[in-house]
Amino acid sequence: MRFDLQIIASWIEPGSRVLDLGCGEGELLQYLKEQKGVKATGIEKHEAEVAACIGKGLSVLQGDFNLEVADYPPDSFDYIIISQTLQQVYEPVALINTLLAVGKKVIVSFPNFSYWRIRLQLLFAGYAPRSTELPYEWYDTPNIRVITLRDFRNFAREKEIAILKEVAINTHRQQQTGNIVRFLPNLRATYGIFLIGSGARHEEV
Amino acid sequence: MSGICANLVSKQFFTFAEPPHELVLESGGRLGPVTIAYETMGVLAPERDNAILVVHALTGDSHVAGCYTADDARPGWWEIMVGPGKAIDTERYFVICANVLGGCMGSTGPSSLNPATGLPYGLAFPLVTIGDMVTVQKALLDHLGISRLLAVVGGSVGGMQVLAWCARYPEMVRAAIPLATTPRHSAQAIAFNEVARQAIMADPHWCGGDYYEGAKPDLGLAVARMIGHITYLSNESMRRKFGRQLRSREALSFHFDAGFEVESYLRYQGNKFVERFDANSFLYLTKAADYFDLDDYAAGGLAGAFKGSCTSFLVVAFTSDWLYPTEQSRALVQALKRNGLDVSFCEIQSDWGHDAFLLPNERLHTLMAAFLDRIFRETKAGN
Repeated sequence: MRFDLQIIASWIEPGSRVLDLGCGEGELLQYLKEQKGVKATGIEKHEAEVAACIGKGLSVLQGDFNLEVADYPPDSFDYIIISQTLQQVYEPVALINTLLAVGKKVIVSFPNFSYWRIRLQLLFAGYAPRSTELPYEWYDTPNIRVITLRDFRNFAREKEIAILKEVAINTHRQQQTGNIVRFLPNLRATYGIFLIGSGARHEEV
Repeated sequence: MSGICANLVSKQFFTFAEPPHELVLESGGRLGPVTIAYETMGVLAPERDNAILVVHALTGDSHVAGCYTADDARPGWWEIMVGPGKAIDTERYFVICANVLGGCMGSTGPSSLNPATGLPYGLAFPLVTIGDMVTVQKALLDHLGISRLLAVVGGSVGGMQVLAWCARYPEMVRAAIPLATTPRHSAQAIAFNEVARQAIMADPHWCGGDYYEGAKPDLGLAVARMIGHITYLSNESMRRKFGRQLRSREALSFHFDAGFEVESYLRYQGNKFVERFDANSFLYLTKAADYFDLDDYAAGGLAGAFKGSCTSFLVVAFTSDWLYPTEQSRALVQALKRNGLDVSFCEIQSDWGHDAFLLPNERLHTLMAAFLDRIFRETKAGN
Protein backbone atom coordinates (compact mmCIF):
# COMPACT_ATOMS: atom_id res chain seq x y z
CA MET A 1 0.00 0.00 0.00
CA ARG A 2 1.10 3.55 -0.73
CA PHE A 3 3.08 5.14 2.12
CA ASP A 4 0.58 7.97 2.70
CA LEU A 5 -2.27 5.45 2.85
CA GLN A 6 -0.33 3.42 5.44
CA ILE A 7 -0.21 6.49 7.66
CA ILE A 8 -3.90 7.24 7.12
CA ALA A 9 -4.76 3.62 7.95
CA SER A 10 -2.79 3.86 11.19
CA TRP A 11 -5.04 6.73 12.33
CA ILE A 12 -8.32 4.81 11.91
CA GLU A 13 -9.87 3.21 15.00
CA PRO A 14 -10.89 -0.43 14.55
CA GLY A 15 -14.58 -1.05 13.93
CA SER A 16 -15.31 2.52 12.83
CA ARG A 17 -17.38 3.70 9.87
CA VAL A 18 -15.18 4.98 7.05
CA LEU A 19 -16.02 6.81 3.81
CA ASP A 20 -13.23 7.11 1.24
CA LEU A 21 -13.77 9.79 -1.41
CA GLY A 22 -12.16 8.95 -4.73
CA CYS A 23 -11.38 5.47 -3.45
CA GLY A 24 -9.90 4.20 -6.75
CA GLU A 25 -9.75 0.41 -6.78
CA GLY A 26 -10.41 0.27 -3.06
CA GLU A 27 -6.94 -0.65 -1.82
CA LEU A 28 -7.21 1.38 1.39
CA LEU A 29 -10.83 0.37 2.07
CA GLN A 30 -10.08 -3.29 1.59
CA TYR A 31 -7.13 -3.05 3.98
CA LEU A 32 -9.23 -1.23 6.59
CA LYS A 33 -12.09 -3.72 6.22
CA GLU A 34 -9.85 -6.75 6.57
CA GLN A 35 -7.34 -5.47 9.13
CA LYS A 36 -9.46 -3.14 11.23
CA GLY A 37 -12.96 -4.47 10.73
CA VAL A 38 -14.28 -1.08 9.64
CA LYS A 39 -17.60 -0.56 7.88
CA ALA A 40 -16.15 0.63 4.59
CA THR A 41 -17.86 2.78 1.96
CA GLY A 42 -16.33 4.44 -1.07
CA ILE A 43 -17.31 6.96 -3.73
CA GLU A 44 -15.51 6.78 -7.06
CA LYS A 45 -16.12 8.43 -10.40
CA HIS A 46 -14.87 5.79 -12.84
CA GLU A 47 -16.92 2.72 -13.74
CA ALA A 48 -13.98 0.32 -14.03
CA GLU A 49 -12.64 1.26 -10.60
CA VAL A 50 -16.11 1.07 -9.03
CA ALA A 51 -16.51 -2.39 -10.54
CA ALA A 52 -13.10 -3.42 -9.19
CA CYS A 53 -14.16 -2.29 -5.69
CA ILE A 54 -17.50 -4.11 -5.78
CA GLY A 55 -15.61 -7.10 -7.17
CA LYS A 56 -13.55 -7.07 -3.94
CA GLY A 57 -16.73 -7.12 -1.88
CA LEU A 58 -16.66 -3.42 -1.00
CA SER A 59 -19.66 -1.07 -0.94
CA VAL A 60 -18.89 1.64 -3.43
CA LEU A 61 -21.00 4.22 -5.24
CA GLN A 62 -20.24 5.56 -8.68
CA GLY A 63 -20.50 9.32 -8.84
CA ASP A 64 -18.98 12.72 -8.18
CA PHE A 65 -18.21 12.82 -4.47
CA ASN A 66 -18.68 16.60 -4.38
CA LEU A 67 -22.39 15.95 -5.02
CA GLU A 68 -22.83 12.46 -3.58
CA VAL A 69 -21.52 13.16 -0.10
CA ALA A 70 -24.21 15.72 0.71
CA ASP A 71 -26.93 13.01 0.77
CA TYR A 72 -25.75 11.37 3.98
CA PRO A 73 -27.35 12.24 7.32
CA PRO A 74 -25.13 14.06 9.88
CA ASP A 75 -22.47 11.95 11.60
CA SER A 76 -22.94 9.01 9.23
CA PHE A 77 -19.21 8.25 9.38
CA ASP A 78 -16.47 8.26 11.99
CA TYR A 79 -13.88 9.13 9.34
CA ILE A 80 -14.11 10.57 5.86
CA ILE A 81 -10.91 10.28 3.86
CA ILE A 82 -10.09 12.63 1.02
CA SER A 83 -6.66 11.56 -0.07
CA GLN A 84 -4.58 13.45 -2.65
CA THR A 85 -7.70 15.03 -4.11
CA LEU A 86 -8.31 18.32 -2.30
CA GLN A 87 -6.13 20.14 -4.84
CA GLN A 88 -8.66 19.12 -7.52
CA VAL A 89 -11.80 20.31 -5.73
CA TYR A 90 -13.61 23.30 -7.20
CA GLU A 91 -15.30 24.40 -3.97
CA PRO A 92 -13.10 23.14 -1.15
CA VAL A 93 -14.68 25.24 1.63
CA ALA A 94 -18.19 23.99 0.92
CA LEU A 95 -16.92 20.43 0.57
CA ILE A 96 -14.97 20.44 3.83
CA ASN A 97 -17.95 21.92 5.68
CA THR A 98 -20.16 19.16 4.29
CA LEU A 99 -17.59 16.52 5.23
CA LEU A 100 -17.37 17.83 8.79
CA ALA A 101 -21.15 17.58 9.07
CA VAL A 102 -21.44 14.08 7.59
CA GLY A 103 -18.32 12.72 9.29
CA LYS A 104 -17.06 13.10 12.83
CA LYS A 105 -13.49 13.44 11.62
CA VAL A 106 -11.98 14.06 8.22
CA ILE A 107 -8.58 12.97 6.96
CA VAL A 108 -7.21 15.26 4.25
CA SER A 109 -4.01 14.72 2.33
CA PHE A 110 -2.54 16.76 -0.51
CA PRO A 111 0.76 17.39 -2.28
CA ASN A 112 2.72 20.19 -0.66
CA PHE A 113 3.30 22.92 -3.20
CA SER A 114 6.07 24.53 -1.18
CA TYR A 115 8.35 21.49 -1.40
CA TRP A 116 11.87 22.83 -2.08
CA ARG A 117 12.26 21.25 -5.52
CA ILE A 118 9.07 22.95 -6.67
CA ARG A 119 10.30 26.27 -5.28
CA LEU A 120 13.62 25.88 -7.10
CA GLN A 121 11.92 25.10 -10.42
CA LEU A 122 9.90 28.26 -10.24
CA LEU A 123 12.85 30.30 -9.03
CA PHE A 124 15.53 29.10 -11.46
CA ALA A 125 13.78 27.57 -14.47
CA GLY A 126 10.89 30.01 -14.41
CA TYR A 127 8.19 27.62 -15.51
CA ALA A 128 5.15 26.29 -13.65
CA PRO A 129 6.53 23.48 -11.53
CA ARG A 130 6.25 19.86 -12.58
CA SER A 131 7.16 17.03 -10.27
CA THR A 132 6.46 13.35 -9.76
CA GLU A 133 3.63 14.43 -7.41
CA LEU A 134 2.27 17.04 -9.81
CA PRO A 135 3.35 15.82 -13.25
CA TYR A 136 1.04 17.96 -15.41
CA GLU A 137 1.35 20.94 -17.70
CA TRP A 138 -0.52 24.12 -16.78
CA TYR A 139 -3.12 23.41 -19.49
CA ASP A 140 -4.01 19.84 -18.58
CA THR A 141 -3.59 19.67 -14.84
CA PRO A 142 -6.60 18.56 -12.78
CA ASN A 143 -4.89 20.23 -9.81
CA ILE A 144 -6.59 23.60 -9.79
CA ARG A 145 -5.73 24.42 -6.16
CA VAL A 146 -2.20 25.27 -5.12
CA ILE A 147 -1.87 24.32 -1.44
CA THR A 148 1.05 24.28 0.96
CA LEU A 149 1.12 22.87 4.46
CA ARG A 150 1.23 26.40 5.86
CA ASP A 151 -1.76 27.42 3.69
CA PHE A 152 -3.81 24.57 5.06
CA ARG A 153 -2.96 25.43 8.68
CA ASN A 154 -3.96 29.06 8.05
CA PHE A 155 -7.15 27.91 6.36
CA ALA A 156 -8.05 25.73 9.35
CA ARG A 157 -7.46 28.58 11.78
CA GLU A 158 -9.51 31.01 9.71
CA LYS A 159 -12.44 28.59 9.29
CA GLU A 160 -12.29 27.42 12.92
CA ILE A 161 -11.48 23.88 11.94
CA ALA A 162 -9.60 21.87 14.53
CA ILE A 163 -6.45 20.13 13.37
CA LEU A 164 -6.41 17.01 15.52
CA LYS A 165 -3.32 15.41 14.00
CA GLU A 166 -0.87 16.35 11.32
CA VAL A 167 1.98 14.57 9.58
CA ALA A 168 4.28 15.78 6.84
CA ILE A 169 5.82 13.04 4.73
CA ASN A 170 8.40 12.66 2.06
CA THR A 171 7.37 10.01 -0.43
CA HIS A 172 6.69 9.87 -4.12
CA ARG A 173 3.57 9.08 -6.09
CA GLN A 174 2.51 5.46 -5.70
CA GLN A 175 5.57 4.64 -3.57
CA GLN A 176 5.22 2.24 -0.68
CA THR A 177 8.12 3.75 1.26
CA GLY A 178 8.77 7.19 2.62
CA ASN A 179 9.58 9.00 5.80
CA ILE A 180 7.98 11.41 8.18
CA VAL A 181 9.42 14.95 7.99
CA ARG A 182 9.68 16.71 11.34
CA PHE A 183 12.27 19.40 10.55
CA LEU A 184 11.11 22.22 8.22
CA PRO A 185 8.17 20.22 6.87
CA ASN A 186 6.77 23.00 4.68
CA LEU A 187 10.06 23.01 2.79
CA ARG A 188 10.99 19.34 2.89
CA ALA A 189 7.72 17.35 2.70
CA THR A 190 6.09 16.23 -0.53
CA TYR A 191 2.71 15.55 1.12
CA GLY A 192 0.75 16.69 4.13
CA ILE A 193 -1.83 14.58 5.95
CA PHE A 194 -4.23 16.23 8.40
CA LEU A 195 -6.88 14.83 10.71
CA ILE A 196 -9.45 17.54 11.22
CA GLY A 197 -12.69 18.00 13.13
CA SER A 198 -15.16 20.83 13.43
CA GLY A 199 -14.05 23.61 15.80
CA ALA A 200 -16.53 22.59 18.46
CA ARG A 201 -14.75 19.27 18.79
CA HIS A 202 -11.39 20.86 19.51
CA GLU A 203 -11.34 19.50 23.05
CA GLU A 204 -11.01 15.97 21.70
CA VAL A 205 -7.38 16.64 20.71
CA MET B 1 -28.10 -24.27 -27.37
CA SER B 2 -27.33 -27.80 -28.33
CA GLY B 3 -26.84 -31.15 -26.72
CA ILE B 4 -28.53 -32.43 -23.62
CA CYS B 5 -29.59 -30.06 -20.90
CA ALA B 6 -28.61 -31.13 -17.41
CA ASN B 7 -30.57 -28.50 -15.46
CA LEU B 8 -34.08 -29.83 -15.56
CA VAL B 9 -36.75 -27.61 -14.12
CA SER B 10 -40.51 -27.88 -14.01
CA LYS B 11 -43.27 -25.36 -13.75
CA GLN B 12 -45.14 -25.74 -10.47
CA PHE B 13 -48.33 -24.17 -9.22
CA PHE B 14 -49.48 -22.86 -5.86
CA THR B 15 -53.10 -21.88 -5.31
CA PHE B 16 -54.39 -19.89 -2.35
CA ALA B 17 -56.92 -17.19 -1.39
CA GLU B 18 -59.83 -19.54 -1.96
CA PRO B 19 -63.16 -17.77 -1.39
CA PRO B 20 -64.26 -16.55 1.06
CA HIS B 21 -60.64 -15.78 2.00
CA GLU B 22 -59.88 -13.83 -1.15
CA LEU B 23 -56.76 -11.75 -1.59
CA VAL B 24 -57.51 -8.10 -0.84
CA LEU B 25 -55.81 -5.97 -3.45
CA GLU B 26 -54.34 -2.48 -3.10
CA SER B 27 -57.32 -1.15 -5.04
CA GLY B 28 -59.62 -2.61 -2.39
CA GLY B 29 -60.82 -5.23 -4.85
CA ARG B 30 -60.86 -8.92 -3.95
CA LEU B 31 -59.43 -11.79 -5.96
CA GLY B 32 -59.56 -15.50 -5.34
CA PRO B 33 -58.57 -18.15 -5.79
CA VAL B 34 -55.11 -17.04 -6.90
CA THR B 35 -52.72 -19.42 -8.64
CA ILE B 36 -49.07 -18.64 -9.01
CA ALA B 37 -46.81 -20.48 -11.46
CA TYR B 38 -43.21 -20.81 -10.31
CA GLU B 39 -39.98 -22.67 -10.91
CA THR B 40 -37.04 -23.37 -8.66
CA MET B 41 -33.40 -24.26 -9.27
CA GLY B 42 -30.75 -25.42 -6.85
CA VAL B 43 -31.25 -26.80 -3.36
CA LEU B 44 -32.65 -24.98 -0.36
CA ALA B 45 -30.05 -25.24 2.44
CA PRO B 46 -31.17 -26.87 5.71
CA GLU B 47 -30.75 -23.42 7.35
CA ARG B 48 -33.08 -22.01 4.64
CA ASP B 49 -30.72 -19.08 4.20
CA ASN B 50 -29.68 -19.38 0.55
CA ALA B 51 -32.90 -18.46 -1.27
CA ILE B 52 -32.81 -15.86 -4.03
CA LEU B 53 -36.03 -14.61 -5.57
CA VAL B 54 -35.58 -13.61 -9.21
CA VAL B 55 -38.36 -11.36 -10.45
CA HIS B 56 -39.14 -11.10 -14.15
CA ALA B 57 -39.78 -7.98 -16.21
CA LEU B 58 -42.99 -6.90 -18.00
CA THR B 59 -43.57 -9.86 -20.28
CA GLY B 60 -41.33 -12.52 -18.75
CA ASP B 61 -42.32 -15.73 -17.04
CA SER B 62 -41.24 -18.19 -14.36
CA HIS B 63 -38.84 -19.92 -16.75
CA VAL B 64 -35.71 -18.03 -15.73
CA ALA B 65 -33.24 -20.79 -16.63
CA GLY B 66 -32.85 -24.52 -17.22
CA CYS B 67 -34.84 -26.85 -19.45
CA TYR B 68 -38.21 -28.53 -19.15
CA THR B 69 -36.96 -31.70 -20.88
CA ALA B 70 -33.51 -33.08 -21.66
CA ASP B 71 -33.79 -32.05 -25.32
CA ASP B 72 -35.60 -28.75 -24.67
CA ALA B 73 -34.08 -26.17 -27.02
CA ARG B 74 -35.80 -23.15 -25.49
CA PRO B 75 -33.58 -21.54 -22.88
CA GLY B 76 -34.80 -19.54 -19.90
CA TRP B 77 -34.98 -15.77 -20.22
CA TRP B 78 -31.93 -15.22 -17.99
CA GLU B 79 -29.93 -18.31 -18.86
CA ILE B 80 -26.72 -16.22 -19.02
CA MET B 81 -27.09 -15.12 -15.41
CA VAL B 82 -28.70 -18.06 -13.60
CA GLY B 83 -27.39 -21.62 -13.41
CA PRO B 84 -24.51 -23.70 -12.11
CA GLY B 85 -21.36 -21.55 -11.99
CA LYS B 86 -23.22 -18.46 -13.25
CA ALA B 87 -23.43 -15.15 -11.34
CA ILE B 88 -26.55 -16.43 -9.58
CA ASP B 89 -24.93 -19.79 -8.96
CA THR B 90 -27.53 -22.51 -8.48
CA GLU B 91 -24.89 -24.79 -6.98
CA ARG B 92 -24.87 -22.39 -4.06
CA TYR B 93 -28.20 -20.56 -4.11
CA PHE B 94 -31.79 -21.78 -4.22
CA VAL B 95 -33.43 -19.73 -6.96
CA ILE B 96 -37.17 -19.10 -7.15
CA CYS B 97 -38.89 -17.35 -10.04
CA ALA B 98 -42.66 -16.87 -10.27
CA ASN B 99 -44.89 -15.55 -13.02
CA VAL B 100 -46.44 -12.25 -11.89
CA LEU B 101 -50.02 -11.79 -10.80
CA GLY B 102 -51.97 -10.54 -13.84
CA GLY B 103 -49.66 -12.41 -16.21
CA CYS B 104 -50.56 -15.10 -18.71
CA MET B 105 -47.86 -17.72 -18.19
CA GLY B 106 -49.59 -19.82 -15.56
CA SER B 107 -50.39 -17.28 -12.83
CA THR B 108 -53.87 -15.87 -12.36
CA GLY B 109 -54.58 -13.04 -14.79
CA PRO B 110 -57.29 -11.66 -17.06
CA SER B 111 -57.17 -14.76 -19.29
CA SER B 112 -57.82 -17.09 -16.32
CA LEU B 113 -61.29 -18.45 -15.68
CA ASN B 114 -63.47 -16.29 -13.47
CA PRO B 115 -65.05 -18.73 -10.95
CA ALA B 116 -68.15 -16.52 -10.86
CA THR B 117 -68.90 -17.01 -14.54
CA GLY B 118 -66.82 -19.98 -15.68
CA LEU B 119 -65.48 -17.73 -18.46
CA PRO B 120 -62.19 -15.85 -18.75
CA TYR B 121 -62.12 -12.72 -16.57
CA GLY B 122 -61.33 -10.24 -19.33
CA LEU B 123 -61.85 -6.74 -17.97
CA ALA B 124 -63.71 -8.17 -14.94
CA PHE B 125 -60.22 -8.91 -13.62
CA PRO B 126 -59.36 -6.28 -11.00
CA LEU B 127 -56.48 -3.89 -11.59
CA VAL B 128 -53.41 -5.18 -9.80
CA THR B 129 -50.34 -3.25 -8.66
CA ILE B 130 -46.64 -3.99 -8.29
CA GLY B 131 -47.37 -4.20 -4.55
CA ASP B 132 -50.05 -6.86 -5.19
CA MET B 133 -47.54 -8.88 -7.23
CA VAL B 134 -45.18 -8.78 -4.25
CA THR B 135 -47.95 -9.79 -1.82
CA VAL B 136 -48.57 -12.88 -3.92
CA GLN B 137 -44.85 -13.73 -4.08
CA LYS B 138 -44.73 -13.41 -0.28
CA ALA B 139 -47.60 -15.91 -0.02
CA LEU B 140 -45.61 -18.29 -2.22
CA LEU B 141 -42.54 -17.95 0.02
CA ASP B 142 -44.68 -18.62 3.10
CA HIS B 143 -45.91 -21.75 1.34
CA LEU B 144 -42.31 -22.79 0.59
CA GLY B 145 -41.34 -22.14 4.23
CA ILE B 146 -38.86 -19.38 3.44
CA SER B 147 -38.94 -16.55 5.96
CA ARG B 148 -35.89 -14.63 4.77
CA LEU B 149 -34.44 -14.13 1.32
CA LEU B 150 -30.72 -13.87 0.76
CA ALA B 151 -31.56 -11.58 -2.15
CA VAL B 152 -34.29 -10.31 -4.45
CA VAL B 153 -33.04 -9.64 -7.97
CA GLY B 154 -34.78 -8.14 -10.99
CA GLY B 155 -34.54 -5.66 -13.83
CA SER B 156 -36.99 -3.12 -15.24
CA VAL B 157 -40.53 -3.89 -13.98
CA GLY B 158 -38.83 -6.73 -12.06
CA GLY B 159 -36.66 -4.07 -10.41
CA MET B 160 -39.83 -2.24 -9.31
CA GLN B 161 -40.95 -5.44 -7.59
CA VAL B 162 -37.53 -5.69 -5.94
CA LEU B 163 -38.02 -2.18 -4.53
CA ALA B 164 -41.59 -2.94 -3.45
CA TRP B 165 -40.26 -6.03 -1.64
CA CYS B 166 -37.75 -3.88 0.25
CA ALA B 167 -40.44 -1.37 1.22
CA ARG B 168 -43.10 -3.94 2.16
CA TYR B 169 -41.10 -6.69 3.83
CA PRO B 170 -37.73 -5.15 4.77
CA GLU B 171 -37.07 -7.81 7.43
CA MET B 172 -37.33 -10.56 4.82
CA VAL B 173 -34.78 -9.12 2.39
CA ARG B 174 -31.09 -9.42 3.26
CA ALA B 175 -29.97 -7.93 -0.07
CA ALA B 176 -31.52 -6.43 -3.19
CA ILE B 177 -30.33 -5.96 -6.75
CA PRO B 178 -32.60 -3.57 -8.68
CA LEU B 179 -31.31 -3.32 -12.28
CA ALA B 180 -32.21 -0.77 -14.98
CA THR B 181 -35.23 0.36 -13.02
CA THR B 182 -36.89 3.34 -11.41
CA PRO B 183 -38.48 4.20 -8.06
CA ARG B 184 -41.42 5.75 -9.93
CA HIS B 185 -42.73 5.48 -13.47
CA SER B 186 -42.07 8.71 -15.35
CA ALA B 187 -44.57 10.58 -17.52
CA GLN B 188 -42.56 9.51 -20.57
CA ALA B 189 -42.73 5.83 -19.61
CA ILE B 190 -46.47 6.12 -18.88
CA ALA B 191 -46.93 7.81 -22.26
CA PHE B 192 -45.32 4.94 -24.17
CA ASN B 193 -47.42 2.43 -22.25
CA GLU B 194 -50.57 4.39 -22.99
CA VAL B 195 -49.85 4.40 -26.74
CA ALA B 196 -49.27 0.65 -26.54
CA ARG B 197 -52.56 0.12 -24.71
CA GLN B 198 -54.43 2.31 -27.17
CA ALA B 199 -53.06 0.18 -30.01
CA ILE B 200 -54.59 -2.91 -28.39
CA MET B 201 -57.90 -1.27 -27.51
CA ALA B 202 -58.24 0.17 -31.02
CA ASP B 203 -58.01 -3.32 -32.53
CA PRO B 204 -61.57 -4.30 -33.57
CA HIS B 205 -60.91 -7.82 -32.24
CA TRP B 206 -60.26 -6.55 -28.73
CA CYS B 207 -64.06 -6.28 -28.09
CA GLY B 208 -63.74 -4.58 -24.71
CA GLY B 209 -61.41 -7.35 -23.57
CA ASP B 210 -63.92 -10.10 -24.32
CA TYR B 211 -62.16 -11.83 -27.22
CA TYR B 212 -61.30 -15.24 -25.81
CA GLU B 213 -63.93 -17.07 -27.88
CA GLY B 214 -62.93 -15.62 -31.23
CA ALA B 215 -60.15 -13.82 -33.08
CA LYS B 216 -57.66 -12.05 -30.84
CA PRO B 217 -56.47 -8.45 -31.07
CA ASP B 218 -53.17 -9.63 -32.55
CA LEU B 219 -52.55 -6.57 -34.68
CA GLY B 220 -52.99 -4.21 -31.74
CA LEU B 221 -50.84 -6.36 -29.48
CA ALA B 222 -48.11 -6.59 -32.13
CA VAL B 223 -48.02 -2.80 -32.45
CA ALA B 224 -47.91 -2.51 -28.66
CA ARG B 225 -44.89 -4.81 -28.63
CA MET B 226 -43.22 -2.84 -31.42
CA ILE B 227 -43.55 0.35 -29.35
CA GLY B 228 -42.06 -1.47 -26.38
CA HIS B 229 -39.11 -2.68 -28.43
CA ILE B 230 -38.28 0.85 -29.53
CA THR B 231 -38.03 1.91 -25.88
CA TYR B 232 -35.85 -1.12 -25.03
CA LEU B 233 -33.23 -0.20 -27.64
CA SER B 234 -31.28 3.03 -28.09
CA ASN B 235 -30.52 5.35 -30.96
CA GLU B 236 -26.98 3.95 -31.08
CA SER B 237 -28.01 0.28 -30.86
CA MET B 238 -30.54 0.80 -33.67
CA ARG B 239 -27.90 2.51 -35.78
CA ARG B 240 -25.50 -0.35 -35.21
CA LYS B 241 -28.05 -3.13 -35.59
CA PHE B 242 -29.95 -1.76 -38.59
CA GLY B 243 -28.79 1.64 -39.75
CA ARG B 244 -30.72 2.44 -42.92
CA GLN B 245 -30.12 -1.02 -44.28
CA LEU B 246 -32.70 -2.29 -46.71
CA ARG B 247 -34.00 -5.81 -46.66
CA SER B 248 -32.76 -7.83 -49.62
CA ARG B 249 -33.11 -4.88 -51.99
CA GLU B 250 -30.56 -2.56 -53.49
CA ALA B 251 -32.90 0.39 -53.84
CA LEU B 252 -36.00 1.83 -52.19
CA SER B 253 -39.10 -0.11 -53.23
CA PHE B 254 -41.58 2.80 -53.14
CA HIS B 255 -44.32 0.94 -51.33
CA PHE B 256 -45.24 0.11 -47.72
CA ASP B 257 -43.64 -3.31 -47.34
CA ALA B 258 -41.11 -3.63 -44.54
CA GLY B 259 -38.29 -2.25 -46.70
CA PHE B 260 -35.96 -1.20 -43.94
CA GLU B 261 -34.32 -3.82 -41.73
CA VAL B 262 -35.59 -2.02 -38.65
CA GLU B 263 -39.18 -2.27 -39.89
CA SER B 264 -38.77 -5.94 -40.56
CA TYR B 265 -37.27 -6.48 -37.10
CA LEU B 266 -40.14 -4.72 -35.34
CA ARG B 267 -42.76 -6.63 -37.35
CA TYR B 268 -41.03 -9.90 -36.55
CA GLN B 269 -40.89 -9.08 -32.83
CA GLY B 270 -44.54 -8.02 -32.86
CA ASN B 271 -45.74 -11.17 -34.64
CA LYS B 272 -43.65 -13.46 -32.47
CA PHE B 273 -45.01 -11.84 -29.32
CA VAL B 274 -48.71 -12.40 -30.07
CA GLU B 275 -48.11 -16.17 -30.14
CA ARG B 276 -47.12 -16.18 -26.50
CA PHE B 277 -48.81 -13.23 -24.85
CA ASP B 278 -52.33 -12.22 -23.89
CA ALA B 279 -53.40 -8.69 -24.90
CA ASN B 280 -55.40 -8.09 -21.71
CA SER B 281 -52.44 -9.15 -19.58
CA PHE B 282 -50.37 -6.57 -21.45
CA LEU B 283 -52.93 -3.91 -20.53
CA TYR B 284 -52.96 -4.89 -16.85
CA LEU B 285 -49.20 -5.26 -16.47
CA THR B 286 -48.37 -1.94 -18.15
CA LYS B 287 -50.95 -0.25 -15.93
CA ALA B 288 -49.34 -1.79 -12.84
CA ALA B 289 -45.98 -0.38 -13.95
CA ASP B 290 -47.54 3.05 -14.57
CA TYR B 291 -49.07 3.09 -11.08
CA PHE B 292 -45.72 2.30 -9.49
CA ASP B 293 -44.43 5.08 -7.26
CA LEU B 294 -42.39 4.10 -4.22
CA ASP B 295 -43.50 7.37 -2.58
CA ASP B 296 -46.89 5.72 -2.06
CA TYR B 297 -45.40 3.07 0.20
CA ALA B 298 -44.73 5.31 3.18
CA ALA B 299 -44.86 8.86 4.43
CA GLY B 300 -41.72 10.93 3.93
CA GLY B 301 -41.24 10.53 0.20
CA LEU B 302 -38.82 8.13 -1.39
CA ALA B 303 -36.51 8.02 1.64
CA GLY B 304 -39.49 7.14 3.86
CA ALA B 305 -40.07 3.93 1.90
CA PHE B 306 -36.80 2.49 3.25
CA LYS B 307 -37.18 3.56 6.88
CA GLY B 308 -36.30 0.70 9.19
CA SER B 309 -34.68 -1.28 6.39
CA CYS B 310 -31.34 -2.99 6.84
CA THR B 311 -31.13 -4.45 3.35
CA SER B 312 -27.86 -4.18 1.39
CA PHE B 313 -28.28 -2.86 -2.15
CA LEU B 314 -26.52 -3.20 -5.47
CA VAL B 315 -28.11 -0.69 -7.85
CA VAL B 316 -27.12 -0.85 -11.53
CA ALA B 317 -28.03 1.52 -14.36
CA PHE B 318 -26.95 1.55 -18.01
CA THR B 319 -25.73 4.69 -19.78
CA SER B 320 -27.94 4.38 -22.86
CA ASP B 321 -31.15 3.35 -21.03
CA TRP B 322 -33.55 6.17 -21.85
CA LEU B 323 -36.64 4.33 -20.61
CA TYR B 324 -35.38 4.36 -17.01
CA PRO B 325 -32.41 6.74 -17.22
CA THR B 326 -29.53 6.74 -14.73
CA GLU B 327 -30.88 9.80 -12.87
CA GLN B 328 -33.81 7.67 -11.71
CA SER B 329 -31.44 5.08 -10.22
CA ARG B 330 -29.48 7.93 -8.65
CA ALA B 331 -32.67 9.22 -6.98
CA LEU B 332 -33.09 5.73 -5.54
CA VAL B 333 -29.47 5.64 -4.37
CA GLN B 334 -29.93 9.02 -2.71
CA ALA B 335 -32.95 7.76 -0.77
CA LEU B 336 -30.97 4.69 0.34
CA LYS B 337 -28.05 6.84 1.48
CA ARG B 338 -30.40 9.07 3.47
CA ASN B 339 -31.39 5.97 5.42
CA GLY B 340 -27.75 5.10 6.06
CA LEU B 341 -28.14 1.86 4.12
CA ASP B 342 -25.32 -0.20 2.66
CA VAL B 343 -25.54 0.61 -1.06
CA SER B 344 -23.32 0.07 -4.05
CA PHE B 345 -24.09 1.74 -7.34
CA CYS B 346 -22.58 1.30 -10.78
CA GLU B 347 -23.54 2.91 -14.06
CA ILE B 348 -22.43 0.49 -16.77
CA GLN B 349 -21.32 1.93 -20.09
CA SER B 350 -23.45 0.22 -22.72
CA ASP B 351 -24.87 1.17 -26.10
CA TRP B 352 -27.70 -1.38 -25.94
CA GLY B 353 -30.33 0.72 -24.19
CA HIS B 354 -32.72 -0.61 -21.58
CA ASP B 355 -32.32 -4.17 -22.86
CA ALA B 356 -28.68 -4.20 -21.69
CA PHE B 357 -29.51 -5.92 -18.41
CA LEU B 358 -30.67 -9.02 -20.31
CA LEU B 359 -27.68 -9.17 -22.66
CA PRO B 360 -24.32 -10.81 -21.97
CA ASN B 361 -22.28 -8.28 -20.06
CA GLU B 362 -19.07 -9.23 -18.32
CA ARG B 363 -19.22 -6.26 -15.96
CA LEU B 364 -22.78 -6.91 -14.80
CA HIS B 365 -21.89 -10.56 -14.33
CA THR B 366 -18.87 -9.69 -12.15
CA LEU B 367 -20.74 -7.11 -10.08
CA MET B 368 -23.62 -9.44 -9.31
CA ALA B 369 -21.45 -12.48 -8.59
CA ALA B 370 -19.15 -10.55 -6.23
CA PHE B 371 -22.00 -8.75 -4.46
CA LEU B 372 -23.96 -11.96 -3.88
CA ASP B 373 -20.81 -13.76 -2.77
CA ARG B 374 -20.15 -11.06 -0.17
CA ILE B 375 -23.74 -11.18 1.11
CA PHE B 376 -23.63 -14.99 1.26
CA ARG B 377 -20.37 -14.98 3.23
CA GLU B 378 -21.57 -12.24 5.59
CA THR B 379 -24.77 -14.17 6.22
CA LYS B 380 -22.80 -17.34 6.94
CA ALA B 381 -20.57 -15.36 9.32
CA GLY B 382 -23.69 -14.23 11.13
CA ASN B 383 -23.66 -10.58 10.19
